[in-house]
Amino acid sequence: MTFYSPVRTNAAEVAKSDRCHLFKYIEDPTQVEVASYVSHGGYKAWRKVLNGLTPEDVIAEVKSSGLRGRGGAGFPTGLKWGFVPKDSPKPRYLICNADESEPGTCKDRVILERDPHAVIEGMAIAAYSIRSHLMFIYIRGEFGHSIATMEKARKEVYDKGHLGKNIYGSGYDLDLVVHSGGGAYICGEETALLNSLEGEKGLSRIRPPFPAVEGLYACPTIVNNVETLSAVPHIINRGAQWFRSMGTEKSPGSKIFSLSGHVNQPGNYEVELGFNLKKLIYDPVYGNGIRGGKKLKGVIPGGASTPFLTPDMIDVSLDFESLASIGSMLGSGAVIVFDESTCIVWAILKLIHFFRHESCGKCTPCRDGTGWLDQIIGAIEHGNGRPGDIEKIEDICGNILGRTICPLGDAAVMPIQSAIKHWRDEWQYHIDHKQCLVKTQFEFK
Amino acid sequence: MKEKATQYPRRKSAILPALTIAYRQVGHLNEQIYREIAKTLNLPEVEIAEAATFYTMFPKQPVGKYLIQVCHNISCALLGADSLIEYLEQKLGIRKGETTKDNLFTLISVECLGSCATAPMMQINNDYYENLTREKVDTILEELKAKA
Repeated sequence: MTFYSPVRTNAAEVAKSDRCHLFKYIEDPTQVEVASYVSHGGYKAWRKVLNGLTPEDVIAEVKSSGLRGRGGAGFPTGLKWGFVPKDSPKPRYLICNADESEPGTCKDRVILERDPHAVIEGMAIAAYSIRSHLMFIYIRGEFGHSIATMEKARKEVYDKGHLGKNIYGSGYDLDLVVHSGGGAYICGEETALLNSLEGEKGLSRIRPPFPAVEGLYACPTIVNNVETLSAVPHIINRGAQWFRSMGTEKSPGSKIFSLSGHVNQPGNYEVELGFNLKKLIYDPVYGNGIRGGKKLKGVIPGGASTPFLTPDMIDVSLDFESLASIGSMLGSGAVIVFDESTCIVWAILKLIHFFRHESCGKCTPCRDGTGWLDQIIGAIEHGNGRPGDIEKIEDICGNILGRTICPLGDAAVMPIQSAIKHWRDEWQYHIDHKQCLVKTQFEFK
Repeated sequence: MKEKATQYPRRKSAILPALTIAYRQVGHLNEQIYREIAKTLNLPEVEIAEAATFYTMFPKQPVGKYLIQVCHNISCALLGADSLIEYLEQKLGIRKGETTKDNLFTLISVECLGSCATAPMMQINNDYYENLTREKVDTILEELKAKA
């Protein structure tokens, strides 16, 4: 039996070490079936929660584990759950954000396709912690296989009594809706996701009110990423202290890094937070170095919206604080590797084109700014750059940053600002000589 | 579609899943489809159109039997997505955005499809094709032609 996606993982290593946990059974084709999941200890945490833990107990355990959101923002998960007002008479909703679309990121899809029950169990525990009886998983529309896998898993858990009415005789009812989205990047932003789930256009909302107070249908709602929720059953089973034994003090636990671009072995690798970026790129277990023995030019460490690192910066620990301290971000853990033959203007054009396309159009700085940036950078790339263009780009970036409702505007400009900072000469060369300093020509095999 | 709608506290939430069901069946969306969904979900037609037109995932014009969507975003581009698109243009005898005369293939390029560690890749209708090489593309196209 083969997997739908042939993506490489480090499952064998994870299974041996017993340190990480998300990928322990990720190379086991039977893991998608509920019987196999249960035989590997699945739904034990959910049973434990329903058989004796209060919602407050669950929140306290997750808080004390230090688990932080794996979707990009790194917000403490237990703290977020605690924001739901206890006295609200309204229904509460738990949403799993599976709208994975940050360029470079392909970690949630592998969990959805190969370990759907881990996601459902994590969602159920999170839902219970906020006293929710209805939960949704919002899967991006293009992930047809993930949606089908999740619908099948949903049917199985209802048949086996893990969801539905009076689960395990506890008197607790919980339902799951598998929702297919429309393939918009913006809907990965939680307030846009809420609008989209309500059947509206995916425009972001002004906060406050925060979703925990007024989210889906103006009711208290918690939105968590796939990987975040998948970690929850392990925390309940093995305890907050065990989780804290991995990673760093402020970034505990393990994390999946999607490694892509010019490495010999792209793939999804689960390692403890605090893992060395250079090792991830060069170690034979992971990236195994740069393709064709070329030199490294730069790295985006956390998805297309995070600032570039230059080769002298990559001896760094992959955790929220360490990357912030050198001016970048851990983001979604999508490490994109660029070799020396990459023209930086060409690369940035790909990124800004994306952000222009994905801007929802609600805020003027983002809607118009990303369009202007795309035009100016496009002109430079195609040999029509003019003196003063770099300064104009910097000016536009400065006027988008911090001036939009949601982080998409910031996301669009941060890689550009860093690319100008690190490779200004190359931008200037492109404008002066109407061509690339390094000729980008990537042929597929 | 009706059954799916009953899962939601509010019918309007079923719009995107309904559009997805329709698009998978028909291959694209149009006003006739908006009307039918509106009737099924008992919602104003404009609400269906409003949602549908926001999401670029749904083609609004007829496409070939096979809609080829090549990811042109950064991770795929670093591994030759641009040359993959050129190769497909050559093989199919069309330009990006066009449909072959036999109405079999439409070729477009799209933003990141979340398959970055198996780049370059393309989506054809509901399926992903990853870690593409020239040889693989040749086989895939031959198989689809034979099936058509």
